[in-house]
Amino acid sequence: MLRYATLRILGAIPTLLLVIAIAFLMVHSAPGGPFDRERVLAPEVERNIERAYHLDESLPEQFSRYLQGLLHGDLGPSYRYRDYTVAELIGGALPLSIRLGALAMALALVAGVSAGMVAALRKNTIIDRLVTGIAMIGISVPVFVIAPLMVLVFAVFLNWLPASWTGGNAANRMLMPVIALALPQIAYIARLTRASMINVMNSDFVRTARAQGLSTISIVRYHAIKPAMLPLLSYMGPAIAGVLTGSVVVEEVFGIPGVGQFFIRGALNRDYTLVLGITVFYATLVIFLNLIVDLLYGFLDPRIRGR
Amino acid sequence: MSLLEINELTIRYADTPEPVVKGLTLAVERGESIGIVGESGSGKTQSAMAIMGLLPANAQVSGTVHFDGTELTGAADHVLNQYRACRIAMVFQDPRTALNPYVRIGKQLRRILLEHKICGRAEANVRTLDMLNKVGLSDPERQFRAFPHELSGGMRQRVMIGAALIGEPDLLVADEPTTALDVTVQAQILSLVRRLHAETNSALLLITHDLGVVAGNCERVVVMDRGRLVEEGMTRGVFRDPASEKTRALLLAAPHIDSIVMSEPVSADTGPVLEIEDIAVSFKERRSKGGRSLHAVKPMSFSLQERETVAVVGESGSGKTSLARAILGLLPADGGQVCFLGKTLPAHIGARKNTVRRNLQMVFQDPLASLNPAMSVREIVMEPLRIHERGKKKAGLNNDVAVMLASVGLDPGLAGRYPHELSGGQAQRVAIARSLILKPKVLICDEAVAALDGTVQLEILKLLLAEQERSGLSLVFITHDLAVVRQISHRVLVMYMGRLCEIAKNESLFTRPRHPYAKALLSSVPVLDPDARPVDLPLAGEASSMLSPPTGCLFHPRCQHAVAACSESVPELIDCDGSLVACHRAAELDLGY
Amino acid sequence: MSMFSSLSPVARYIRASRMVAVCVLLLLLVALAALAGPLLNPNDYITTDFANRFGQPTMTNLHFFGTDELGRDLFSRTLLGAQVTLFVAVIASVVSLGIGVIYGAAAGFIGGKVDAIMMRAVDALYALPFVFLVILLMVAFERNFLLIFVAIGAINWLDMARIVRGQTISLKHREFVDAARLIGVSTPGIIFRHIMPNLFGVVVVYMTLTIPQAILVESFLSFLGLGVQEPQTSLGALVSNGVSHMERAPWLLIIPASVLAFILFCFNFLGDGLRDVVDPKKKA
Repeated sequence: MLRYATLRILGAIPTLLLVIAIAFLMVHSAPGGPFDRERVLAPEVERNIERAYHLDESLPEQFSRYLQGLLHGDLGPSYRYRDYTVAELIGGALPLSIRLGALAMALALVAGVSAGMVAALRKNTIIDRLVTGIAMIGISVPVFVIAPLMVLVFAVFLNWLPASWTGGNAANRMLMPVIALALPQIAYIARLTRASMINVMNSDFVRTARAQGLSTISIVRYHAIKPAMLPLLSYMGPAIAGVLTGSVVVEEVFGIPGVGQFFIRGALNRDYTLVLGITVFYATLVIFLNLIVDLLYGFLDPRIRGR
Repeated sequence: MSLLEINELTIRYADTPEPVVKGLTLAVERGESIGIVGESGSGKTQSAMAIMGLLPANAQVSGTVHFDGTELTGAADHVLNQYRACRIAMVFQDPRTALNPYVRIGKQLRRILLEHKICGRAEANVRTLDMLNKVGLSDPERQFRAFPHELSGGMRQRVMIGAALIGEPDLLVADEPTTALDVTVQAQILSLVRRLHAETNSALLLITHDLGVVAGNCERVVVMDRGRLVEEGMTRGVFRDPASEKTRALLLAAPHIDSIVMSEPVSADTGPVLEIEDIAVSFKERRSKGGRSLHAVKPMSFSLQERETVAVVGESGSGKTSLARAILGLLPADGGQVCFLGKTLPAHIGARKNTVRRNLQMVFQDPLASLNPAMSVREIVMEPLRIHERGKKKAGLNNDVAVMLASVGLDPGLAGRYPHELSGGQAQRVAIARSLILKPKVLICDEAVAALDGTVQLEILKLLLAEQERSGLSLVFITHDLAVVRQISHRVLVMYMGRLCEIAKNESLFTRPRHPYAKALLSSVPVLDPDARPVDLPLAGEASSMLSPPTGCLFHPRCQHAVAACSESVPELIDCDGSLVACHRAAELDLGY
Repeated sequence: MSMFSSLSPVARYIRASRMVAVCVLLLLLVALAALAGPLLNPNDYITTDFANRFGQPTMTNLHFFGTDELGRDLFSRTLLGAQVTLFVAVIASVVSLGIGVIYGAAAGFIGGKVDAIMMRAVDALYALPFVFLVILLMVAFERNFLLIFVAIGAINWLDMARIVRGQTISLKHREFVDAARLIGVSTPGIIFRHIMPNLFGVVVVYMTLTIPQAILVESFLSFLGLGVQEPQTSLGALVSNGVSHMERAPWLLIIPASVLAFILFCFNFLGDGLRDVVDPKKKA
């Protein structure tokens, strides 16, 4: 187990470096500098700005400066929001984004797992068909379609919920964004849970347990639940990445001032340092969460734990 | 009233034309032992599942199954659950998958007691430990806490038997309980089942394809064929004087370890076709610490004459398949050499000339895996000719293929079929046709009949022997099945953990084995004779890990004749009346069979 | 010939399952409409008509889907959007297929250390939030049609590489490959006659699953305004535009959104059904 954990942790570091390097290279090999679109500057002023942002240094020098900054949590200054550093911008918007993401993830897990379990245990019944059908729609309708449609129906037509972040109270303005963000993940998790539960319930060791006279409830509780949930654990990585990606859309549609909205603003305004900073931050977050999932998996599977 | 009364049981599935069980009527008395034998598709497992109420939901069942007076067919799960484990228990075929890999063994057994409210948690722990001890686990406290993957196959099957008996059932149903195990382990498990059956006074319903297993373990026998019961009677009577055609066929097809059907054609006037000198194979075990090597085959030598059949026997992990692959160059040997007609061959097949390659062919265990699913039978059998006889016209090739198919007993009309459309026996014939169409000098058969039913096995063996008779083909026959060896080989190589134990003539090995392992292997084989008392525990324990092999003679930890020298030095092969034996005590021991 | 025979299980399944057949048919219809529709339709996608802004769906002038904020015919624009979306998705899938098959087959066939390193790299890339990198790419290199293909292909090849590698390894160790070596088939012969034809079915099936993923990424980018640029359009861009006007003209959102969801639904359903044929674990 210790060996497994060490390997995983050591494996995550080069991945992280790789993604930082790719992102950094992409931005810095872009044709045209960040200020090209602004009015023509005097050469002297331009040189001053370049010096201020260290753009006059060689690429390796800039990269090592960037890495050193990262170690201290410094993502550099924003090109557009001149008074703020990227870290400040992310830090300010992060609590809201995390609340949104965590709520969506929790909802997705609870709803997805229960729907999937029920469908698996009632295989080929109406309930099962309903769950699989809805899940199929859930994975086929992207977040950026669901979110506006929800606004259209519940805010515009029915007028039940506030259409934007500025209206309503703290609870009901969070409702639609969380559901919209969770829906595709509920669908994926329900499908995965169902498939894996059916697989386990058809396995030889469940047949053994049935031959031993265990009730269905006992079989699920003592034999099936753990092996059926393991594949779900390995889906957590992609699920987290999915929620982060989705949050960009959801924050945009509902006008939530979170990290995702800064990301889009940055992308549309060519605010290189901001976009780079958010990408690096999210990549780190995803890699870190993946690492935790991996370690958890190793801990739960006795065949890996033994190593 | 009998303990179990099955009356006119019929099981059918919507997607099969015929019922899988047709009107089975059978009674099992308290405390008796009864065997159900049949080939694959005879309906024996389906019948067992019906008794347990474990048939899939889409099975249509008619007829009745009365257990102690209660109707079980169509009973609700909560009714069945009162009978399962406490009254009827079952042991399944494959202990590797029948236990939950995520739950500690002790907990899996204890759960049965708790579920049926047989006793409280504290007593359940005690009873579980007791049971683990009873089924022969050496250290119950430790094995209670072990996960299944930490135990060997034999140990896991012991656990399964313990799980079945912990509820003190009146009837134990065992479905092919030893088929997935090595022959020496099979003997241990069967001996355990016999002992527990005698001690507990529960009835035993033993389902198997192996008549030998029934002969030694069951008072009564039922023979099934394509869903029907074709014969029923006391084991002795049925074996002595079978009434039905199918039973006779099964008895005839079952390889008899006590008889030889082949002729004696060794022609030693020419030099050997194949000479193997000090060949060795090892794998780097990457996952383990320090990258230790696993020596699958330790340096060994033997030769093969024209028209000779040499059998290589050993249990799983004995290195027999690695040996075959090294000879053929599929797995580069890391030492020694292979000489074909006096010429040394390169270790890797890619470096061997086509004129040599065509002379060394192989037939594999799983016929379906050895045929490319994307090619038709014609393309498969023709491919060798397209490589080795390039000039030939298409019509000529087609004709050659048709002739070849006919000679392996296949209808040339099958040439357009794809492998998945063939039965196991047909597919193996296609594989044989592909190897023989090049007229090789040597054919290596790696468990070539192990996956086939008894009657089909016999046909394939006859086919190979006929080809040998006709063309002087030399055969290397790799198998774990000593009965097959007895029937077809001239000489036998016995391997244990990658090392050669004994090379002997067929007759010498079976009448006077010299190596204690060879002897144990022979006594482990179930005998077809109901009167022969099976030897209890011919060999204890299981083979050591290949990664940390014992010092000296690899077999000494399990050998009852071991002395101090056996753990100190590796025994050389020495000549004992014509048999070559690697045992320190070969000369003094008398292991007469 | 052997190419087709390995496809035969897929063909058989399409015949056997009506739902899968229906999906194939519907997708063909959508593709046909997207390609041929603009030729038959009197309205083009670019002509603006300020007298007729936010027109409701109507039969007059054949504005079946109504008009947008510039009075352009939404029916034509939806067809164009579907065409662009499908085109980008198919090309991107072919790119990912090319990279994935070559990478996966190479890793699987070579094996050993090379395989270990190649797959470690794939594992590492798997852990990345790719869409963010793609957006970064779009920001850095302006919006470039070609870049969209490359970016989407670069995301999707990972799955394909893994699947192809797994399949290649299992094929490589199958005994028919050994048998082929024994009868003297050369290494290229083994790759082309014995391994490739057996990969074909799996690759085709998984392509039906990568296409909807590519569609999703492309429309996501377009939705954010980072994909296809005006006056060209894609379904994602139309949805995005619909969102800005949804209170005044909800059909501008609902119609393109439904078409997009419908296409994705058909592909997912098809891929699901076909995967059941290929994945032996699910067959039972």
